[in-house]
Amino acid sequence: MIVSIASGKGGTGKTLVATSLARSLIDDYSVTLLDCDVEEPNAHLFIKPQITSTEEIAVKVPRVRQDRCNHCGKCSEVCVFNAIAVLGDTVLTFPELCHGCGACSHLCPRQAISEIPYRIGTLEKGHSGGLEFAKGELDVGRAMATPIVRKVKQRPPGEGITLIDASPGTSCPVIEAIKGTDFCLLVTEPTPFGLNDLSLAVEAVKELGVPCGVVINRAGKSNEVIEHYCQEQDIPVLLKIPLELKIACLYSEGFTLADGLPEWKARFKQLAERIMELTGERSCNTQR
Amino acid sequence: MNIAISASGLTLDAEVNPRFGRCEQFIILDPETMQFKVLVNTGQSAGGGAGIATAQHIIKEGIGAVLTGNCGPNAHQVLTAAGVEVVTGVSGNIREAVELYKSGGYCPSSQANVSDHFGMGKGKNR
Amino acid sequence: MKEVVILSGKGGTGKTTIAGSFAALASSKVLCDCDVDAADLNLLLEPLVQEEHDFTGGWLAFINEDKCCRCNLCSQLCRFSAINDFKVDEIACEGCGLCERICPVKAIDMKPNIAGRWFVSQTKYGPLVHARLGIAQDNSGKLVARVRQRAKQLAAEGGLDYIISDGPPGTGCPVISSLTGADLALLVTEPTLSGAHDLERVIQVCRHFGVRAVVCINKFDINELNTRKIEDFCARSETRIVSRIPYDSTVTEALMQAEPVVEYTDGTASLEIMNLWQTTAFILDSKNGTYNAGLKHGSF
Repeated sequence: MIVSIASGKGGTGKTLVATSLARSLIDDYSVTLLDCDVEEPNAHLFIKPQITSTEEIAVKVPRVRQDRCNHCGKCSEVCVFNAIAVLGDTVLTFPELCHGCGACSHLCPRQAISEIPYRIGTLEKGHSGGLEFAKGELDVGRAMATPIVRKVKQRPPGEGITLIDASPGTSCPVIEAIKGTDFCLLVTEPTPFGLNDLSLAVEAVKELGVPCGVVINRAGKSNEVIEHYCQEQDIPVLLKIPLELKIACLYSEGFTLADGLPEWKARFKQLAERIMELTGERSCNTQR
Repeated sequence: MNIAISASGLTLDAEVNPRFGRCEQFIILDPETMQFKVLVNTGQSAGGGAGIATAQHIIKEGIGAVLTGNCGPNAHQVLTAAGVEVVTGVSGNIREAVELYKSGGYCPSSQANVSDHFGMGKGKNR
Repeated sequence: MKEVVILSGKGGTGKTTIAGSFAALASSKVLCDCDVDAADLNLLLEPLVQEEHDFTGGWLAFINEDKCCRCNLCSQLCRFSAINDFKVDEIACEGCGLCERICPVKAIDMKPNIAGRWFVSQTKYGPLVHARLGIAQDNSGKLVARVRQRAKQLAAEGGLDYIISDGPPGTGCPVISSLTGADLALLVTEPTLSGAHDLERVIQVCRHFGVRAVVCINKFDINELNTRKIEDFCARSETRIVSRIPYDSTVTEALMQAEPVVEYTDGTASLEIMNLWQTTAFILDSKNGTYNAGLKHGSF
């Protein structure tokens, strides 16, 4: 079973939920945690994994063979991303703008363009106390996060439960993280911002055809605004994490709820079982 | 040779536009005769690489120099590769800016003076 | 006119809260919501929309079923797995146009992709330029650029002194687009491990693009140890901390009432936000700032 954890609004507690879930489930299940918030990955701060491998992630960008190029300018003409410019007898490429579509190399009449790797970030893999872990990170200054999310998710289909920590918002890298997962857990907070952004996230998840449920973090006196919305949309509220100083302190120190407050382990296990019910997963597929 | 000035308006009395890649139009001018035309900047609507698109577009006008406020590194690279002189830090009234340029009051810039505007490029200056 | 962009790296640290209060405090400004994926500033400002525009970002491929000869060449060549069963997956399509060019029967058209909408609104604090990017859309950088461009235009036309931009979380495309060319980046962080970690990265992004950055530690007193760690890091990296806002429960109350903090309460956080605005305006107004103006050549 693959569960993505997303939010819409930033700072609602995706990573807290993802890491707490991971730590609550490892006793009974085979669990993998993928940090797909590649612009600002944080899960490792809570999981403290031992990293066993690091690989560079690169996208393919064009390289022009000067001996074959006749400067016809076709490559520049077909590039919608302005990543190639042909001026006189000079060809300039701008790898940071390239989307790797292959149009230039495919359409060059002299087959003068080959594709070479251009580094955009890294993929780290490791483990922590029986938990399998992977983290994607976009290099500072690079703009395109989506290819890294794609790479982090590329794994042989495994048994057990895979948890994907996504980034905030509803743009491309988030969609890439949620796409194809069995269930999306949306973490929100009971404020006008939380509600507004939750509704955007729900739209996104519906477009992708992924069933979802909500976790209300920092729950307190004003949960109704979220609960009312969820009822209208027929979305289950699966867990409420109260606004409590001790929880905030744990988080600020890098502890998951499962590690800091053991009574939460049971609650997160229940959350996972609820998700399995909702997705129709039989727990024997995922159990150790 | 003609020069191009990023323009905030349609005449020589308009102000120089501070941005190269995303200005609405250029004034293409013959500095000897001060005859000019307005060239709409098609590069400004580019998703990414507006500077590159704009540079390629105005190079076709056969200009020898560009006067603008700020020019990012990608556009600068394209213009330089085409042998076009890039003068940045230009502001104020277009007519006056051109006169100042003619009298040698501006130095061409050897590199981009700002990091990319609205783009996804890597700033050469750190 | 001068522009300050409020960023954070980590989401949820208080950017929009601070932007909303700056809106109430600054007298002559345009407000700009650059968080086009999840725009929230409008929730605090009660905007009246005056202008609405479609935002076209890039292209989308469209296959004409009548002309399609089912050779499947497009699907084989598409790098984004966007063509399946002779139909284009609009979410996956990146609009590169390769399929259109190679289709042997010219069955594919590239159509402009309406990726979102952007708005100019009036609020009681002044004009607000904001946007809504469609779900799963790319080109957020371009939409951010459009919003900022219009904000600059409005500021120029109205002779307004400041542009206050509420930025997005992260460090990628929309952040870069909201940052480049700004006069100042105000980085709002919180004293948690995540907040500190993400702050380091976003400071690097500001350096990379040559924009001066200053830091504000929000809710600094919920973990003074982490606050000190952030202070140490900032000192080592020569990044100035311009404010430490105390935790104040009335801030949440203000948000629940959808009011800028400084309008709702005179609490400790509110007072500190007022100081923060004074400091920010001072930095923006000073010709060279405390650090050298040669930012363009990379030294901080």
